[in-house]
Amino acid sequence: MMFRHKAADIWTWVSIALLVLFMVFLIFPLFGVLKHSVYDNDDNLSLVQFKKFFGNRYYSSTIGNSFKVTIAVTIVSLLLALPFSYFYTFYNLKGTKFLFVVSILCVMSAPFIGAYAWIMLLGRSGVITRALSSVGINIGSIYGFKGILLVQSLKFFPLVFIYMNGAFRNIDNSLMEASANLGCSGVKRFFQIVMRLSMPTLLAAALMVFMRAFADYGTPGLIGEGYRTFPVEIYSQFMGENGQNQNFAAAISVFAVVVTAVIFLIQKWATNRFKFTMNVMHPIQKKEPHGLSGVLMHGYCYLLVILGFLPNLYIANLSFRNCDGSIFKPGYSLVNYQNALKRLLVRSIENTLLQGFISLAIIIVISILIAFLVVRKGGLISNTLDTMSMLPYIMPGSVIGIALVFAFGPKPWALTGTIWVMILNLVIRRMPYTIRSATARLMQIPLSIDEVARSLGASKLKTLVKITVPLMSSGIISGAILSWVAIITEISGAIILYSNKTINLTVSTYVSVGRGRDGVACAFATIVTALTIISMVLFLAVSKSEDDIKL
Amino acid sequence: MMSVNIIIRNAKKAYGDTVIIPNLSLDIKEGELFTLLGPSGCGKTTLLRMIAGFNSIEGGDFYFNDKRINDLDPAKRNIGMVFQNYAIFPHFTVRKNIEFGLKNKKLLADEISSTAEEYMKLVQIEQFANRMPEKLSGGQQQRVALARALCIKPDVLLMDEPLSNLDAKLRVEMRTVIKRIQNSVGITCVYVTHDQEEAMAISDRIAIMNAGVIQQIGRPKAIYQRPANLFVATFIGRTNILDGKLVVEEGQAYLEVQEFKTKIQAVAKDHFYSQDVKISIRPEEFFLNREDVFEGVKGVVKDAIFLGLNTHYFVVLNSGEEVEIIQESTIEETLEKGTKISLGINTVKTNVFTADGKQNILTGVLTDHLAQSEEA
Repeated sequence: MMFRHKAADIWTWVSIALLVLFMVFLIFPLFGVLKHSVYDNDDNLSLVQFKKFFGNRYYSSTIGNSFKVTIAVTIVSLLLALPFSYFYTFYNLKGTKFLFVVSILCVMSAPFIGAYAWIMLLGRSGVITRALSSVGINIGSIYGFKGILLVQSLKFFPLVFIYMNGAFRNIDNSLMEASANLGCSGVKRFFQIVMRLSMPTLLAAALMVFMRAFADYGTPGLIGEGYRTFPVEIYSQFMGENGQNQNFAAAISVFAVVVTAVIFLIQKWATNRFKFTMNVMHPIQKKEPHGLSGVLMHGYCYLLVILGFLPNLYIANLSFRNCDGSIFKPGYSLVNYQNALKRLLVRSIENTLLQGFISLAIIIVISILIAFLVVRKGGLISNTLDTMSMLPYIMPGSVIGIALVFAFGPKPWALTGTIWVMILNLVIRRMPYTIRSATARLMQIPLSIDEVARSLGASKLKTLVKITVPLMSSGIISGAILSWVAIITEISGAIILYSNKTINLTVSTYVSVGRGRDGVACAFATIVTALTIISMVLFLAVSKSEDDIKL
Repeated sequence: MMSVNIIIRNAKKAYGDTVIIPNLSLDIKEGELFTLLGPSGCGKTTLLRMIAGFNSIEGGDFYFNDKRINDLDPAKRNIGMVFQNYAIFPHFTVRKNIEFGLKNKKLLADEISSTAEEYMKLVQIEQFANRMPEKLSGGQQQRVALARALCIKPDVLLMDEPLSNLDAKLRVEMRTVIKRIQNSVGITCVYVTHDQEEAMAISDRIAIMNAGVIQQIGRPKAIYQRPANLFVATFIGRTNILDGKLVVEEGQAYLEVQEFKTKIQAVAKDHFYSQDVKISIRPEEFFLNREDVFEGVKGVVKDAIFLGLNTHYFVVLNSGEEVEIIQESTIEETLEKGTKISLGINTVKTNVFTADGKQNILTGVLTDHLAQSEEA
């Protein structure tokens, strides 16, 4: 019945075209992973890969490891960020802009740079380790659980911070006053009112941290060593320094995706249970921080963000140090950058920018279409598209990586190592930022704006181009910049898909670290960080409020 | 400006299995301001949007004059539309907002700017021409919306609760503006509101809707004084509903409310027999007297509110029913709480309905209703 009237609608064709694209480039590859997981190594249908995984402690322990460390990271991130966010929204702190910008930079910086920096500081031959051991203090090993916990917590706490700021700002001040009036204030009020009201957001933030940490390959890959997690195992089984077993890697991937999906659903259910709507008419009145507590608040917030951003600064510092191979020497020079030039620096930058720009262009076009379909058209196909486009957001990058190899490696595609598969990976994995942002913006634009344009004689296309897209532009731009930053820091998919021709900055960094060329690695990493900072500053210049950030 | 009449026959609207409008027929005359009035969810906005082309039509036919518009693209229906939230393009100036529709008509540049000027003058916003909409008040934005809708010389002007976002004072001012402009342009206008006072003030004719069905169509006065059924009586204006009896004795009809019996004229021929009825008595249709001086419906004053021109009384009848009475204020003391009183009824104005409330049994009920097609 609905279809009869929509039959001739151009949007029906757009949604079908997008559906086909998603089927070919996302669902088909993911099914490839599923298919490979149920074959043994002689191409017979069997569950032997799963048996091997669950039957052998060596492999199955990676699940336990991943869970343990990820849960710990989630809890620590919440504990770090909650006081920070509370002080930030309820008190008039000095330098809020600085705190905010640095937090964003922490979470948007390339994942493995943090790990690498902490190794340089606290690792076996790290500066702090050596300094302390020279005075007889042994800090123990940073590698494994402790290292992952440290690095990921410091990387992901800003996610919680950003989410919770939004939630706290949504609490009406009159609720705070009413609660005090009814005899509930101070700590009691914080837990009974503030936390209870923020619970849906807290859960969403916890989930976000969990998913990101769970799927992170760079950090455990560098600092995990014997403490083996899922994504690392997928990568090493697939790329096979100790013998390839791609079907086995597929089986682990399937399990990883199932776990992530289950957690995602639990979070959805939990969020719905705590959900309610609030109408903010009187925003929170910020208090002035006074005396000792004021000093402590400032101290805590600044220490936290500086600690979070320290790795990047330290790496930048190292990149200008004299260095011979992996030995840093006194004095500063550009020798690392000169060496990097010999190691494909120019090509890496070109590739990062070229792949990034093409991906971003595709992302923007598709995001506008999807946002429009979801918000304005609705219906089964639109919602399916929306859900499908969000899948990669919660999937480990290595899974997407191997899915693309399975699907497009063989002839007639033979795309592995080409620029196209790199772009495909970036589009699939980084589109959700722009979609979410564009969708959120479009939801704020009343439908009647479109309708009035139509009633004034504008065609559908003209309405979209002249009215809807210009009004959405703030959402599209802020989303696109986040996508962009995520593109230039992407590693876990690219590390599987790159070739010498398509190598980019992050992969170059990672490869240099792996080969022990620390000076060069620092130079690469610093360029990535510089690009990230420039992009984020641009973002903050165009975004009107903190709420524009849809991480 | 060419104006059209709108003919709707057997319109049906459904979302899946949920039927919003089962079967609706309606004639809107050329050049009139026709209001769709009803409680929220009654289908009035749905019907308006079907005329505009923003809602699909699941059955029936819509005509502008003799042109069937069911499958016509909204951009080609030549309608002007004004929305509750004004829907001003926030990224255009006032002038560009108004010119938007003219540009889509591919008019010459001169013509575009002179027409835009003309309509900005008509709604008195020419001094804001180069402002961005965010700098305008709600009333000014509504004027922009009105000018933008009218300047394309539409066949029909559709207005969806255009005043409900304005404050009370502006609302009264703007409805006068709308009525004046509609009159001077002479355009057929369909107006949706849930505010019955606004509907009375602005409309040539009103259609009262409930649950997707038109209850009555008529001029405001006709609807107020002779509502077609109990729903219309209670929805338009305030009224008291009492249970009573219609008694026919020796060719004369009487209304019996509790022990009080009074003559009533104008009972329709079809209903001229003794039966249980619902009586709708508006607050101003009671005569209030002290018990000892007048025969009537007995009760006790529960509360009295002096409002200047009028005094409102809340009275509990001996049956336990509560009624509201409005009397012109007098110089004498307001009746005290607890005063025993006796109520007379102005049976010329009072309306009497069948016991199920579906039909007014008096003569003089005017409705331009196409009742046959709906009840079929």
